[in-house]
Amino acid sequence: MKFGVVVFPGSNCDHDAFYAVSQNLGQKAEFLWHDSARIGDVDAVILPGGFSYGDYLRCGAIAKFSPVMAAVKEFAAAGGLVLGICNGFQILVESGLLPGALIRNRGLKFICRPVKLRVETADSPFTSAACKGQTLTVPIAHGEGCYIADERTLDQLEAEDRVAFRYVENPNGSLRDIAGILNEGRNVLGMMPHPERAADPLMGSTDGLRVFESMLQAFAVETPARL
Amino acid sequence: MTITPELIATHQLSQEEYDKIVALLGREPSYTELGIFSVMWSEHCSYKSSRLHLKKLPTESPRVVQGPGENAGIIDIGDGWAIAFKIESHNHPSFIEPFQGAATGVGGILRDIFTMGARPIAVMDSLRFGPLDDPQSGARNRRIVEGVVAGIAHYGNCFGVPTVGGECLFEPCYNGNPLVNVFALGVFKKDDIFLARARGIGNPVVYVGAKTGKDGIHGASMASAEFTEESKQKRPNVQVGDPFMEKLLLEACLEAMQTGAVVGIQDMGAAGLTCSTCEMGSRGGTGIEIELDRVPQRETGMTPYEIMLSESQERMLLVVEKGREDEVFKVFRKWGLDAVTIGTVTGDGLMRVREHGRVVAEIPSRELADEAPLYDRPHGIPRREAPMEAPPLPEVAPQDALAMLLASPDVCSKRWIYEQYDYTVRTNTTQGPGGDAAVVRIKETGTSVAMALDGNGRYCSLDPREGAKLAVAECCRNLSAVGAEPVAATNCLNFGNPERPEIMAQLVEAIEGMGEACKFFGTPITGGNVSLYNETLGEPIFPTPVLGIVGLMKTKAPVTVDFKNPGRKIVLVGGFGDCDETRFGGTQYAKTIVRQAWGLPPALDMDYEKRVQEAVREIVNEGLAESSHDVSDGGLAVALAECSFGPAGVGASVELAGGMRPEFALFHEGPSRVLVSTQNAERVAEIAARHGVEAPVIGETAASRLTVRESGEALIDCEVYALRTGWDQALERALRG
Repeated sequence: MKFGVVVFPGSNCDHDAFYAVSQNLGQKAEFLWHDSARIGDVDAVILPGGFSYGDYLRCGAIAKFSPVMAAVKEFAAAGGLVLGICNGFQILVESGLLPGALIRNRGLKFICRPVKLRVETADSPFTSAACKGQTLTVPIAHGEGCYIADERTLDQLEAEDRVAFRYVENPNGSLRDIAGILNEGRNVLGMMPHPERAADPLMGSTDGLRVFESMLQAFAVETPARL
Repeated sequence: MTITPELIATHQLSQEEYDKIVALLGREPSYTELGIFSVMWSEHCSYKSSRLHLKKLPTESPRVVQGPGENAGIIDIGDGWAIAFKIESHNHPSFIEPFQGAATGVGGILRDIFTMGARPIAVMDSLRFGPLDDPQSGARNRRIVEGVVAGIAHYGNCFGVPTVGGECLFEPCYNGNPLVNVFALGVFKKDDIFLARARGIGNPVVYVGAKTGKDGIHGASMASAEFTEESKQKRPNVQVGDPFMEKLLLEACLEAMQTGAVVGIQDMGAAGLTCSTCEMGSRGGTGIEIELDRVPQRETGMTPYEIMLSESQERMLLVVEKGREDEVFKVFRKWGLDAVTIGTVTGDGLMRVREHGRVVAEIPSRELADEAPLYDRPHGIPRREAPMEAPPLPEVAPQDALAMLLASPDVCSKRWIYEQYDYTVRTNTTQGPGGDAAVVRIKETGTSVAMALDGNGRYCSLDPREGAKLAVAECCRNLSAVGAEPVAATNCLNFGNPERPEIMAQLVEAIEGMGEACKFFGTPITGGNVSLYNETLGEPIFPTPVLGIVGLMKTKAPVTVDFKNPGRKIVLVGGFGDCDETRFGGTQYAKTIVRQAWGLPPALDMDYEKRVQEAVREIVNEGLAESSHDVSDGGLAVALAECSFGPAGVGASVELAGGMRPEFALFHEGPSRVLVSTQNAERVAEIAARHGVEAPVIGETAASRLTVRESGEALIDCEVYALRTGWDQALERALRG
């Protein structure tokens, strides 16, 4: 399986995601430059964390206009797997690939700490390697990770089983403790916590690997011949 | 413009210094030249008061690739890899504008690291503030803390470097003069080192990065004067940082270096374009000629004086191989950065600055950079305010004293600070903040780098020589506690006005003590920074030398501070130590419970300390220690409590040896002690014995309760969580005011 990791100016978790899927998961990976209108032959796209274009305006607000995002949208529309982590989640929301918005943390401060996540559904290509109700320890590191949406959207997300992860102890004020959500097609996941930072035993937890292993499983089912 | 004595004085140059300039040039300087000399010969850039004494520091070892004099020190870590690291102060700007002052402090030190070709992989901060509950300045101090921490977080988090540790202490002497010392460390292949040298006559000089504005003009001179009431009006002297621009610069510079077309590179930090041009020429034995019309400017109508002295952030100066400019420009274009040829390397050794083709400054580079005045300032007896005699000690129940100490600002958890820093980005932080030392793995090799910052102004105020030695010893001990071998150091010397003999004496004593200890522990000083004139309205800070020491270890999950399981033997490697009334006067107990300082800092036996550290490293690296924590601020009782505050909530049941006053036994801060919990106390004892150090088993870990007894009588006996809450939340509470 080949992962494409998008590099925006200001991305700073691009190398971490690359390392997690190539070294910890043992799959192929390549960087996708923001300026490129094509994403080539990758089987999944990761929008990594960081501060794309400095995020001086609103997180992800500039990134959504980059040429690569047009290609990512097409890829997603065709059913391709897209994982947005932290700033990547913010970009997915800004791009309209996921509903809602991410605003400043309730305490108005950046928070970096390991948090416990509850897996809310195993029925997705990002969570199939985990069990529903299972708790994962994964770090967060964000200043604007408070997930909000109107009541109807939140109800709909829940009704359609599209809440992938919830915080066990809500660190940032996210409505209904939401830490990660899926799109309607279940092939796009946005999450504030960093699974790539919990993919190596040396980092204190390998729980984040479940996300990447799930993607690998989904890919194997889809295209067994190419694996 | 005519140069008047008043003009010379406002440039903080003495008449003698001005005469030296005239002699050197063979004529009166122009206004622009006067400005250039004033920044290059400022205390901040020239080290004119400290240079003489800094020579006493050890700077060499087989591992040292680059000692002091470049942007950062470099040491060999094996397998063809090296690390560059340095600590620098940004004290004055952080007082005037806490957020931007601290942010640009981070930016400046990061540029020093990647200028050499290294990718920054860790940042740490040593911070000092006035008390948060000070009746007069508490509110201001709280604002400064909030601003400084947010500024560091803003810059480091956006840039994408983990802030992995540091220290933060509070004293009234930092009321009008907080300290913000920032340490950064980067990694690179040994063959990829770049130096700040202008070589190759005719090679183009290229300017990259942010445009030049009027910000930060005379920042270096501001950092070389005492604070007065007017200092607050110097806010425009503080620069504004753009971490996104810096991130682009980092990626672009490292990529440009890979082309092989970059001959030399230097960042524009203090004294901006002036410093980078003359230092690159001086180090390369060449001259540099630049045309100011070509310098990208943020506003119109800037004078040569302003352009040369601007300290706008996120700018770099490169010397590129002639004919290969396009290879370099292409990289910068890719990252969306301005890169412009502004001049050439010349063979005449002069720094020549033109505006519209007309020469506005022409100064010999070497003399400007290296012939700055050098002062052997008089130094008598170090300033000292505390009495030698101990006051009568109040009767306080040990358990109450422990609770007070744990909730005191110096000792309490710094979680409120470090959770605002991204400490896990880059997925290398195997031990983050809150431990004895931070540990960052190097993915490309099997080596991890451990690092710690230590400084104790309180000890140094009682005895600067011993205080500096203790800081070196503690820093090395912190590294040893995680199993790393200390190999090299960087220092930041924060002192008052060196023109006062009693302050100068503090500086000299501290440097000599530090030099002696660094030599003894095998940690040469590879670079650093001196920050003088840390005084406000004539009130100097404590002499505050801060050490940053790095150590090396094999990559593995580091041993952490906290007890993991009940029923383990607790060994105090190094033993209970010794203390008397005089040596108790610099402790946290004296500060928090007695509310005074007196006497002398704890006594240090360097030879014993070294053996304790060797033993601890061996114990840790044999996998015998389930937990390991050095005994320092607050003494044994505080260390035991800290070991109990882990996720497992495992406490301890400990019996003291007796023979010492209970408060001394519990709270004295004698060095050379490390607490280890183990399943194999016999093997630990063997190792300790072989190194000739005491290692009494003082008790066992126990579920959820901390008990300390002496001759059967319980001095401390309480639930761990009861102590933990105060420790965990004290800082946040204090900041609420």
